[in-house]
Amino acid sequence: MTTETETELQGVVKTRDRVTIRFAGDSGDGMQLTGTQFTRTTAVYGNDLATLPDYPAEIRAPTGSLPGVSGFQLSFSSNDIHTPGDNPDALVAMNPAALKTNLGDLVPGGLLIVDEGEFNSTNLRKAGYELSPLEDGSLTPYRLMRLDITKSNATALEGLDLGARERFRSRNFYALGLVLWLFNRPLDTVVRWTEERFQRNPLVLEANLRALRAGNAFGETSELVHERYEVPPATVAPGTYRHINGNEATALGFVAASQLAGLPLFYASYPITPASDVLHELARHKNFGIKTMQAEDEISAVCAAIGASYAGHMALTGTSGPGLALKSEGLNLAVMAELPLVVLDVQRAGPSTGMPTKTEQADLLQAMYGRNGDSPVVLIAPATPGDCFGMAIEAFRIALKYMVPVVMLSDGYLANGSEPWRIPDIAAIPPIEYHYAEAGVDEHAYQRDPVTQARPWAVPGLAGFEHRVGGLEKSYETGDINYDPGNHHQMTLMRAERVARVIVDVPDVEVTGPDRGDLLLLGWGGVYGAIASARERALAEGKAVASAHLRHLNPFPANLGEVLSRYDKVLIPELNNGQLSVLIRARYLVDAIPFNKIAGQPFKISEISGKIDEVLGLSGPYEFEF
Amino acid sequence: MTAASSNGTFEEEIPLLTRKDFVSDQDVRWCPGCGDYSILAQMQKALPALLIPREEIVFISGIGCSSRFPYYVDTYGFHTIHGRAPAIATGLKTARPELTVFVITGDGDGLSIGGNHLMHILRRNVDVTVVLFNNRIYGLTKGQYSPTSPIGKVTKSAPMGTTENPIDPINLALAAGATFVARSLDRDTKHLEATLLTAARHKGAAFVEVFQNCNIYNDGAFAAFAEKDVRQDRMVYLEHGKPLRFGKHNEHGIRLNGFLPEVVENASGGDNLLVHDTGLDSIALPTILSGMDYPEFPVPLGIFRQVERETYDGLVAAQVARARDAAEPDLEALIVGTETWDVR
Repeated sequence: MTTETETELQGVVKTRDRVTIRFAGDSGDGMQLTGTQFTRTTAVYGNDLATLPDYPAEIRAPTGSLPGVSGFQLSFSSNDIHTPGDNPDALVAMNPAALKTNLGDLVPGGLLIVDEGEFNSTNLRKAGYELSPLEDGSLTPYRLMRLDITKSNATALEGLDLGARERFRSRNFYALGLVLWLFNRPLDTVVRWTEERFQRNPLVLEANLRALRAGNAFGETSELVHERYEVPPATVAPGTYRHINGNEATALGFVAASQLAGLPLFYASYPITPASDVLHELARHKNFGIKTMQAEDEISAVCAAIGASYAGHMALTGTSGPGLALKSEGLNLAVMAELPLVVLDVQRAGPSTGMPTKTEQADLLQAMYGRNGDSPVVLIAPATPGDCFGMAIEAFRIALKYMVPVVMLSDGYLANGSEPWRIPDIAAIPPIEYHYAEAGVDEHAYQRDPVTQARPWAVPGLAGFEHRVGGLEKSYETGDINYDPGNHHQMTLMRAERVARVIVDVPDVEVTGPDRGDLLLLGWGGVYGAIASARERALAEGKAVASAHLRHLNPFPANLGEVLSRYDKVLIPELNNGQLSVLIRARYLVDAIPFNKIAGQPFKISEISGKIDEVLGLSGPYEFEF
Repeated sequence: MTAASSNGTFEEEIPLLTRKDFVSDQDVRWCPGCGDYSILAQMQKALPALLIPREEIVFISGIGCSSRFPYYVDTYGFHTIHGRAPAIATGLKTARPELTVFVITGDGDGLSIGGNHLMHILRRNVDVTVVLFNNRIYGLTKGQYSPTSPIGKVTKSAPMGTTENPIDPINLALAAGATFVARSLDRDTKHLEATLLTAARHKGAAFVEVFQNCNIYNDGAFAAFAEKDVRQDRMVYLEHGKPLRFGKHNEHGIRLNGFLPEVVENASGGDNLLVHDTGLDSIALPTILSGMDYPEFPVPLGIFRQVERETYDGLVAAQVARARDAAEPDLEALIVGTETWDVR
């Protein structure tokens, strides 16, 4: 839907219900900051939105080079949306390399803003252009807006005691000011943030604000811009909202869990992309009684957490795939010692070091099976950035009630992606319960709860419960070391049973769309948004497609088998080579169709739509266009 | 009879414990004649003197013969995984600084697979007592060389002799910044009991290496200098503030010649013997002493270093207290953040 209104001062304002914009520049150009600031303004304005930051692993790849390009995509809408958009309608390219690596995604006729001041022979050569694309006619399919941001920005900063380098560094604020004008957005949210961020550096503050206002004024006065776009606020559920990304929501969820249980939180972690921000965030909240430890390695981090769990604290360790591999022996100790532990795995592209800043969902089978012995743990996965908050609480609720390790599988897309988040009513969240051993109630440290099979949490300091625990097999009855064949058999089954019994706390999986029919899309983790959008699109086109999303992966929801049986076909889109498919096929003997993308990037809606058409027999085999 | 509880007040009096109170109901399963028995006995003798209730004491161990230790002490105990006891103890002590925590490890567990964690628990100065049973061999896996086995040692995994240089645990502990570093001997029961007690009372990371005989796979590893009949001539007891003297009649001594120690036979008062000082900031002196080895020198026993520093667990707790003083925890405010908008 597009409407036009013309006003004397502002030129044409076109109303759109959804816009996708991408900021791209050198990794030193501050594109993540620019994108984040535009996002915050847009969120406060009331649009629904979703973001996709995409940056290189190198902190500063060679300036102007293709591998050094950093991008931030944002989709905002007056409707409820689930993904950061497939292809941008607008692209801001701060240098030739950014143009080259991103132009292919821009929709034909899309708005293209370039800083022509950076299109010099050196930068063109670094980007592999023989002729300047500004001059060779190759950009004619787009609405090109070329301006010398570098020079205009330097002019705006004249009189400030800044070197050329510092001046150059604020040109992202110039671009931001222009884009805010283009989309009819106020500057105040960015101004407030900038004032707070640079309050101790008045010169930089002044430079950034001048740059922001100069870019904004350029839009208003320049003949270059003939039209602006307005995306009205979205109609969403009433409430108070904030903007949040997955890692923030995860960290806040863990703080909340600690308060809900009334127990101190202990977080041990070794820095690893993309999980480190959780450590940074939790380290800032020591006033909640949180203790954070930057461990010497991943193994130490999980082991320190186990030590804290043994001490009776809420124990948490966070990592990404390679770190989860290193933590497997520790995780197994928690299984064997029957201690509550939460492991956060913010998945990234593997194997090995893989692509640290790129997203993937390929740790599912590692988390499920990657330990010696029969060693079940509980697995959960948030669906959206905001959902990370509730799932962090869920992780501890299960771990403490059942005295089991819980692995929470987040991913890089959720961790860094953001969305408007309706702030939950904390008072309405039930407290988290735990059971310290009690004289008169528990006879000893291995007195099992008949319902959950959990033993009491017999923490040091409790007189009368002095006991020895460890990684050796223990007697089911007493907890003493035991090598009897029958006992090991019983204990192995007990460990499986304890995890299986968590099912009573797992909500049934919900189906959206027709409750039976041709096709069910089944997803988990961060693919939620793309699947939901593809299902909406399919339904709008009259195709009988339903979708269901798993937030509990071990145990699965009790009704899952029954749900799967109601559809002729089950399609499982995943960012891995078919890991949930393996689990579903093995467990339910359903001939699920895997749809796997292993590109370090989230699904586009169009990719899932294409596969739906193939499965429904409406088109030939679907192939990715990378 | 009663004694003060660990926090020094007499309000809550606890019964005075004896060695027997620290003997668990588990059968001890070390080989008959193993040096571990002596270490266990001396620990059980030393523990009552700490005047700490059993439930507030925790033994954390890794994997190996020595790491079975926690099963035999009637306190809280956690027999963990290979090499990781220091990491688990760090988490435990940081979460609950009021607990008294021991780490029991061996030369394979602590210096090979767990070398990294040992270094870091000492560097951080976590308030725990680390007891490293050094028998210079892998016992539980039946006789492979360890990181403290001397070069050339013939073992099952080195039939032609090892080609590796050994590491010196004392030297490592000093370099890592341990605030208490000592060595004792399984057969010198009085010295061992006293050393364990002093180490346990130390505030900060205390490291005790115990020469421990494995009579099955490495019998007599220390016999050349530690047998009772030669010990006085071939080992030197370090005592703070006293000159280094050894020999049956304390007739020999050690002095420094430049950076190097030298033996002075039949030393007199005028020989400028090295006077031991455990309280120096610098690790230069204890490092020189740690380098003395038989047969060139008498092997030192006793406390190499004993200094006071802030502990990791104490500093972490202080930060939490300071943060709380600065800002009351307000969960709702935290979750709401700084920027919100309302949808009606």
